[in-house]
Amino acid sequence: MNELQQTAKDLLEKNAVAVVIGYGMGSEPSLRRAVFVRKPDQAPQLIFDESCRQNLAFYVLKPEVKALGKAAVVARTPTLRTLLQLATENQITDESVVALPVGNGSVQPLTNFAAIEQYLANVPRGFTAQEQQELAAIKSKTLADRWAFWKSELSRCIKCYACRAACPMCYCSKCIVEVNQPQWVPVPSDMLGNLEWNVIRAMHLAGRCISCGSCADACPAHIRIDLLNQLLATEAMQQFGAEPGLSVRKDYALATFKPTDKEEFIR
Amino acid sequence: MNESKIILKKSLGEWFNMMTAGGYRVVGPVGQDGQIDFEPVTSPDAVRFDHVQTNNSGKWVMFPRYEAMMRFRLSGKEVQAGEIPPQAPPTVLFGAHPCDAASLATLNAVFTWDSSDAYFEPKLANTTIIGLSCTKGDSYCFCTSVGGGPGDTRGSDVLLTPLDGEKFLAEILTEKGKSVVGLAPQLFSAADGTSKEAALAKIPARFNHRDVTAKLPSLFPKEDVWKEQSLRCLGCGACAYVCPTCSCFDIQDERDRYTGVRIRCWDSCGFGLFTLHASNHNPRHKQSERWRQRVMHKFSYQPERLNVLGCVGCGRCSRSCPVDMNLGEHVAALAEIKV
Amino acid sequence: MAEFEPKVVAFVCNWCTYAGADLTGTSRMKYATNVRMIRLPCTGRIDFMLLLQAFGHGADGIIVSGCHPGDCHYSAGNFHARRRWMLFRELLDFAGIDLRRVHFSWVSAAEGAKWAELVNDVVNQVRALGPYDEFPKRLNRQSLEQLCSVEVGR
Ligand code: SF4
Ligand code: SF4
Ligand code: SF4
Ligand code: SF4
Ligand code: FES
Repeated sequence: MNELQQTAKDLLEKNAVAVVIGYGMGSEPSLRRAVFVRKPDQAPQLIFDESCRQNLAFYVLKPEVKALGKAAVVARTPTLRTLLQLATENQITDESVVALPVGNGSVQPLTNFAAIEQYLANVPRGFTAQEQQELAAIKSKTLADRWAFWKSELSRCIKCYACRAACPMCYCSKCIVEVNQPQWVPVPSDMLGNLEWNVIRAMHLAGRCISCGSCADACPAHIRIDLLNQLLATEAMQQFGAEPGLSVRKDYALATFKPTDKEEFIR
Repeated sequence: MNESKIILKKSLGEWFNMMTAGGYRVVGPVGQDGQIDFEPVTSPDAVRFDHVQTNNSGKWVMFPRYEAMMRFRLSGKEVQAGEIPPQAPPTVLFGAHPCDAASLATLNAVFTWDSSDAYFEPKLANTTIIGLSCTKGDSYCFCTSVGGGPGDTRGSDVLLTPLDGEKFLAEILTEKGKSVVGLAPQLFSAADGTSKEAALAKIPARFNHRDVTAKLPSLFPKEDVWKEQSLRCLGCGACAYVCPTCSCFDIQDERDRYTGVRIRCWDSCGFGLFTLHASNHNPRHKQSERWRQRVMHKFSYQPERLNVLGCVGCGRCSRSCPVDMNLGEHVAALAEIKV
Repeated sequence: MAEFEPKVVAFVCNWCTYAGADLTGTSRMKYATNVRMIRLPCTGRIDFMLLLQAFGHGADGIIVSGCHPGDCHYSAGNFHARRRWMLFRELLDFAGIDLRRVHFSWVSAAEGAKWAELVNDVVNQVRALGPYDEFPKRLNRQSLEQLCSVEVGR
């Protein structure tokens, strides 16, 4: 057994947690899927490698998983940040979740938010060179080409809301797209409906998105919706210093302001 | 009927031209690996012949993502309403695999169950299916477990089977099929008893659907089974929207104060709000209950009430699921449970 | 053909810009009649979705205006709004929506002349850009032919 499996086994044996949410083998050799380990002898199911991408913090909020009892969650860096951001937004309480950080040496259970904060302090952050390049490539297109690009991307959107479902930060029990008295977002998955849906999703996550990429991974139409989030994350970072999910005590960038915020676009 | 002929791959272009000239809109699988979908096409050059399956099904031809049915206008105390007639352009759905062709029977059973659906029926009536047998499958395909197969002719009007890179065996199965072949009879030559069997993919059966259908009512109360299977399900609409047989829709008004359009659009039983009542009661409150509904509906309710399975084993739901919920695997697991 | 007359929708706060526009009128200053005003309590209430709704309902240009910083009737509504606008503008631009059709301004209750100038300028700019036809319209704004097109629902 490797360290992750051993740690999970210990936690379950000591009854420190009732379930370990982690990654296991999927239906194809290249696929990984979420597994919910509840017995110490099932710990060997747990694996971690580059293919484990889903942000498992989603399950911490899922009622059916909550009902299993206290959880430990196998956490990549974005997952750890999600936990802190969920804490900032009062969705989870301190010491209610154990994080098992992976991908960076030892798997030391992080049992409270302070420990996660400390861990994250030493982890590199920001977008990779490739991610920045993808964003820059779209920004450098002409206005008409950007419009054409998104028109073509969004024409594939079938409004399945997998992006919303996969996002751990999209936890509203009633999403604005389901509000129909009055109706805010056009229901049909036509160009307008798809544009408004994706704009509203990006805006509601602005300054809160921790850039895990789960939304784009989930999209069955392979639309690069993560780029919308990345753009706003970059702007929120540059303009307001927003770095969601690094500290539980930080204000949400769009719930606060500075009198000196830039306003050269306002006349 | 059921006549077999040979058509050369290089003759397809001319056939397409004749179909277009004959007033048909031709829709076929196009796109890059990873994102192949049914779209209107004008030439077979764009059409994919080598893919396992498209991401989305071609059901939009008969059952679009959204469809306007009526518009209305308020002026003073008057309401003026005008129907929007169903649009049913003559269409050839080209290159639908046998599972997709078989799915029409399920859609048709739903939409003509107790009354005929005014928007679906004319589209189906005006659609001709030129099916394409499967020469390869993947681990998600399970047509052979649900009564189909890679060379199954059900639902197709013409079924093409690639014999080699150069030619296809064309089985002409219905009157509609005869008509589209009749547009360019010179392109078809005698088949002389050529068999398609050797060309077909081998898809192993994973379960026996009759056993599953017989067993499901007794599995219904076993909450733990459904809970366990659905723990990782996100409750999105991806599986239902890519599915060729899913037929649930919602009716909504797109309106402002004075004008409105009544539309119907796809809906999914996976959504938490799908069965939410105005009283706030939800008979399918938990994701496990919604997952159970998905499986029961396809493998129990539809076979019992409509005499047709609600799944054709195309595997799209499982390929598209963000969390690798694999329907074939789950149903096979249900089949294993002793009751 | 008659010259194209753009439709411009102005979302304004009740306390400053609406009063400012009122002053424009009571001072008998003339300005472009292409503007439809929508009065909301505060710029903090001007949800970005309203802007997209305006385009979807046929607007060719948009003005958003409220109290100068520090003058908001609810003290900080405009400061909060400003942050959202900053991000929203970036997103619109990234999506290929022409920012020359979306204008932000502070107009106080005393600035009747500024309001007239703003509206005239925006209307002229949008007139030069032409109708915003490439922005998709809501179904209830579409003609029967559009609703019946075979492309619908693909
Ligand atoms: S919007 Fe996408 S990238 Fe951001 S937190 Fe949600 S799922 Fe992750
Ligand atoms: S997951 Fe993709 S297809 Fe589904 S609603 Fe989101 S953007 Fe649209
Ligand atoms: S349920 Fe899945 S495998 Fe069955 S027909 Fe639908 S998409 Fe295909
Ligand atoms: S099975 Fe997969 S695709 Fe279907 S609702 Fe659940 S997560 Fe979404
Ligand atoms: S009241 Fe005018 S901006 Fe707040």
